[in-house]
Amino acid sequence: MNASVSLTSREEIEVHRFSWPVSIGIPLLALFLQVYLRIGLLNILDLPLLVTIFFAVARRRPIAGLITGAIIGTLQDAWTGHPIGLFGIAKTIVGYLGSSLGVKVDVDNPGSRFLMTFIFVLIHRFIYMAINLLLVGGSEAWNWGHTILSALANGLAAVVLFLFLDKLKLRN
Amino acid sequence: MENFFVRYKNPLVLMAVLFIQVVALATQVKRQENRLGNGGGTRLIRVWSVTAFTPVEKMLVSTGHFFRNGWHNYADLRDVRRQNKELQDEVNRLQMEHARLKQDADQARRLQVLLDFKEKFVDKTVAAQVIATSGTEQSRVITIDKGSNNGIKPDMAVITPDGIVGKIKDVFPLSSQVLLINDHDSGAGVILEASRLQGILKGGSQGELQITDVMSDEKVDAGEQVVTSGGDRIFPKGLAVGTVISAVPDRDNDPFLNIRIKPAADLRRLEEVMVVTKMAETEPTVTSSTSLRAADILSQRLPSIPKPDANGTPTPGGVAGQSKKPAGATPKQKPGQKKEGEGTTVAVKVSPMAGAPAKTPATTGTPAKPTATIGNPATGTNSAASAKPAETKKPASTGQGTPTATGIKKPASTNQGASTSAGASGAATPTPTPKPKGTASNKPKAPSTAPNASPSTPENSKPKQSKTTPATPTPTPTPEKSPR
Repeated sequence: MNASVSLTSREEIEVHRFSWPVSIGIPLLALFLQVYLRIGLLNILDLPLLVTIFFAVARRRPIAGLITGAIIGTLQDAWTGHPIGLFGIAKTIVGYLGSSLGVKVDVDNPGSRFLMTFIFVLIHRFIYMAINLLLVGGSEAWNWGHTILSALANGLAAVVLFLFLDKLKLRN
Repeated sequence: MENFFVRYKNPLVLMAVLFIQVVALATQVKRQENRLGNGGGTRLIRVWSVTAFTPVEKMLVSTGHFFRNGWHNYADLRDVRRQNKELQDEVNRLQMEHARLKQDADQARRLQVLLDFKEKFVDKTVAAQVIATSGTEQSRVITIDKGSNNGIKPDMAVITPDGIVGKIKDVFPLSSQVLLINDHDSGAGVILEASRLQGILKGGSQGELQITDVMSDEKVDAGEQVVTSGGDRIFPKGLAVGTVISAVPDRDNDPFLNIRIKPAADLRRLEEVMVVTKMAETEPTVTSSTSLRAADILSQRLPSIPKPDANGTPTPGGVAGQSKKPAGATPKQKPGQKKEGEGTTVAVKVSPMAGAPAKTPATTGTPAKPTATIGNPATGTNSAASAKPAETKKPASTGQGTPTATGIKKPASTNQGASTSAGASGAATPTPTPKPKGTASNKPKAPSTAPNASPSTPENSKPKQSKTTPATPTPTPTPEKSPR
């Protein structure tokens, strides 16, 4: 038996599977790099979010996508000092939307990946801010310029990163 | 019904997961409001997550430092000679600066002693390495490689030699999370160094530092240094915080200024930090060197004390310090009678044995109100001693030694000689005074009133003075007339 995870729900769409080490190791590596890299400009990137989007879109199963997002987001919350759940909820929703989008739209070309990531970063940021303001009682201000810049940077990074992660897919 | 769950399986699972997370989040927020800290469940998630990454991060940080230090060591060798010369010049300059500042510091300590001032200072620190950050711009948190196993506790101050960094937020066995001062949730009591304005330092949403509770009519200049005030009970007072970048009226908070601060420590490139694990609160002490200096000053105002010769016989006409009768201990003073100058007495600790022997010139003819009592150990006087009749003291003639002002017994021979000589000379001034004229006039053969004129004087006076507060001596009235 092949030790891989089959997460394809529709046979007519290309099946993407990932080995267990990749399914566990890549999110952990993204989390690790996110907290380990202490270069100011790289803080604008959200590697766990990019990994969440990639796995959600590639697997094309909403439940798998949202669970992946929930786990990665919750682990990311552990490092922030904020109440656990802020990133968890945001990435859960992004994971669900990403996997739902992957079923209907071709997200394998660079242009669609950039646009998809750009939108998901905005959604992620919006959900985070909404939860922070409404549930936690935070007072962080929305900064459009910074948010757009972050979305652009993550979109560009996604194009490059997804090309690398494509090589980790198991194909029939 | 079954079709409903099958058909809407995905949205239902999404709602269930979101519901669980929202409930968990609300529970944490509620606990924070009740100041119960992190719940057990969420804390476990943090502990597991952080602990799982800590060894790997420690290893990577150590490896990175190994290679970086190796390269730096090689590069440093090339410039070491020039740097050594520059550093030597810097050391010379700093030594002179240090000597000047030490004088100021000593003076400040003496004043603090007088004011019963208690100061806090950093007593013990633990060095730690930064191994991780929060990874997001929404929180300014770093992780260090020291935890509860190293004595780290929440709310301890984290500093660098450049300035303050933050405070400990969460502690794990092998690591701790530090809330940086530029985080939106942090706060620290600060004071502007020049204008002495106090305020609360807070972090902005973009990670900038600002003080927002200073009134707009205050004058704050760019470039002014900001230090900790110690009012937050976390950071010791006087640590560098940063420099004022700008101070403009706050549009959102009208009567106040928006003072932006550039942090003294580079919060974006932290590598090594120090956690203040212990802060001591003590009264400042005056250094012994300072006491000696004060003693020198006082001794210049005292009459000379002859040094006994080899047989223990004092120089004729000398007034031995141990035999001098402190005016405050004058037995002829009526109980309750307030002496002149008593109101200016500075309380010092004097041995209960302090006082003059019964048979001294003072007991036989000291004027009723010769001196004010001051905290000068050389005089052996204090208010307590003055209220006690001198007859209760052990007389010097017993040959067992006379207690000095500091309770140190002198050899009997010296005491006897001193007593004799004092009586013979008719030294009617028992207490050293800033005006040694009266004393000199009553000592026919006194070699000199200047202490340097008699080589024995400093030896007798310094050790006593060094044990007391170098209080400013109160001017002592000169006796109106000689006992004889």
